[in-house]
Amino acid sequence: MRPVYLDNNATTRVDPAVVEAMLPFFTEQFGNPSSIHSFGASVGQSVKKARQQLQQLLGAEHDHEIIYTASGTEADNTAILSALEAMPGRDEIVTSAVEHPAVLALCQHLEKTGRAKVHYIGVDSLGRLDLEAYRAALTDKVALVTLMWANNETGTIFPIEALAELAKEVGALFHTDAVQAVGKVPIVLKGGAIDMLSLSGHKLHAPKGIGALYVKRGARFKPLLRGGHQERGRRAGTENAPGIIGLGKAAELAIAHMAEEQTRVKELRDRLENAILQRVPNCFVNGDIRERLPNTTNIAFEYVEGEAILLHLTRNGVAASSGSACTSGSLEPSHVMKAMNVPFTAAHGSIRFSFSRDNVPEDVDQVIETLPKILEKLRELSPFWAGANKGPNEFKPVYA
Amino acid sequence: MWDYSDKVKDYFFNPKNAGVLGEANAVGEVGAISCGDALKLMMKVDPETEVIQEAKFQTFGCGSAIASSSALTELIIGKTLEEAVTITNQDIADFLGGLPPEKMHCSVMGYEALQAAIANFRGEEWRDDHEEGALVCKCFGVDEGVIERAIRMNRLTSIEQITDYTKAGGGCLTCFDKLEELLAGVNAALVAEGVLAAHEAYRLGVADAGEIKAKAKARKEAEKEAAAPPASPLAPASPLPPPSAGMTNLKKIRLIEEAIEELRPYLKKDGGDCELIDIDGANVMVSLKGACMGCQMASVTVSGIQERLIAKLGMTIRVIPVKSHAH
Repeated sequence: MRPVYLDNNATTRVDPAVVEAMLPFFTEQFGNPSSIHSFGASVGQSVKKARQQLQQLLGAEHDHEIIYTASGTEADNTAILSALEAMPGRDEIVTSAVEHPAVLALCQHLEKTGRAKVHYIGVDSLGRLDLEAYRAALTDKVALVTLMWANNETGTIFPIEALAELAKEVGALFHTDAVQAVGKVPIVLKGGAIDMLSLSGHKLHAPKGIGALYVKRGARFKPLLRGGHQERGRRAGTENAPGIIGLGKAAELAIAHMAEEQTRVKELRDRLENAILQRVPNCFVNGDIRERLPNTTNIAFEYVEGEAILLHLTRNGVAASSGSACTSGSLEPSHVMKAMNVPFTAAHGSIRFSFSRDNVPEDVDQVIETLPKILEKLRELSPFWAGANKGPNEFKPVYA
Repeated sequence: MWDYSDKVKDYFFNPKNAGVLGEANAVGEVGAISCGDALKLMMKVDPETEVIQEAKFQTFGCGSAIASSSALTELIIGKTLEEAVTITNQDIADFLGGLPPEKMHCSVMGYEALQAAIANFRGEEWRDDHEEGALVCKCFGVDEGVIERAIRMNRLTSIEQITDYTKAGGGCLTCFDKLEELLAGVNAALVAEGVLAAHEAYRLGVADAGEIKAKAKARKEAEKEAAAPPASPLAPASPLPPPSAGMTNLKKIRLIEEAIEELRPYLKKDGGDCELIDIDGANVMVSLKGACMGCQMASVTVSGIQERLIAKLGMTIRVIPVKSHAH
């Protein structure tokens, strides 16, 4: 049985070219990039080159607008805490109900400890931001708007540039968690209204443990980590040179493969999605199928539970993911499904398939062959299934 | 993914007794699709002998829910109802070679379905504890209503107290935020009613979930250590430190009696009771009565009594449950 990996929104395989680029920086080029001697200086040059590669991927105006971090989470946390400190007199944050926990957990903590008032903007049944509520929350008390570019569970894309423009009208800083979007959709930050952007290396075929925060030149910023003078004093700590070089190479590869994401990868995703919808009764796609990442599909299977599906898929060599229910130790559907008001009959059985450029048509074939049988078996076990089967293509979600 | 035992995996991938039992004369249904898991247990019981001749199940839920349901049917087939009614959720978990702590609610669901099916056969009404508001603690199946009532009646002001009184939060603690919210809300109402001092009331963010988890873990490990070897409940596993100097036996007995008297009203509210039987040095023998007797959480009750005695006497005490006819 060949392994099929369709969980690329969780993490991606490190590209062999990225590994190759990194290797010398563990051995012969081991110098500290901050050192002035030749050992350090050459590494420093490579770090600079990597910064420029990332600058290109983001369409940023200056390479020094990029601050390396250890993860997307660190980048998100830095952006939020920095904004609160850098915007005296403002203590409100506007975010959405479907953000990644890297944003939500910090916002909830800030709220609980009285450091900020947080507006959690809701979404509709397709995961689209409630624009009316967003506009209403924007006042001159808002220090920061932090909204994700693309949702990690459904792939739904927010109109992030336009949302940033609105935030500028009240003088708030604008941050986007673009961890899922970078490398999959074209991004041009130069000349736009986005002040800060977070990304993570392991989502775009670079290693784990390296992330970055873009901070627009002129945007107010206060560092999270203090100590050394690395990253122009904005993030202390010796640079993770191999990780940074790997991320730079991954950025270069992402630019080269951007079109492939929108064509070949998207076609694979669509072929799987269509086949599942045709062959499995009582299932539907979660999220906005028009404004969506090209690699992601999240399908709700009624009357079965996600972990049970995943266990069977794993046994058949297929790796996917369920954002809900028992996989997280909670019996509740994910906060994203809840925010979208996906009915309980389906929210518990939502499975995310996320592709990358590594996937091939045979991967899709294997899932198509396996999944309908799994659903049939689990539904036979389900006390809610009897009488619920309305046959292929007859079921329509009532909330859409 | 969870670290499931081979037996859990086997019972999930190859469930025994899955499906509908057409000739069932005892059916127990628990859980709900909104809660993420549900189980329908169907049994064919011989009306003469009350032997469970056949049992089948249908389950909506995760791997351990399906495995627990299947294990339950294996455990009960061939048993009389009288024998089956004594099966606990721990028996189901043990049969499967254990479940991850966060998945213990799956075994509780099996236990509840069995109680519901037996009640159904006997024509009795089985009360589903999950009907009083939203289910908060999934590990122990405790709902909002039970927690609010416990906070209000007992003037609880900490998360640990909620766990002691209701078991909620005693497992994975993913319900921490909800417990905090309920505690702060009811405490605020009690302050407004003038029955709780403002400085005693719980405020959001005061407790730390990580610390509470660590304490609970340490407590569990200590309990495990104290419980081994389990040869006899009257034979302490290890020697205990001597009673505090300066305390006469009479004073010690009075304090122990006082502490137990303070606890009894709470136990009685849940249909149980506790009686002091004997004191031998640092060992205190008690008899659990009513609902406390045979309760699957009896060890938690005993540990709660022990904690109260230790706090009251300021010395190490071991509480040993004994049967009431021992005296």
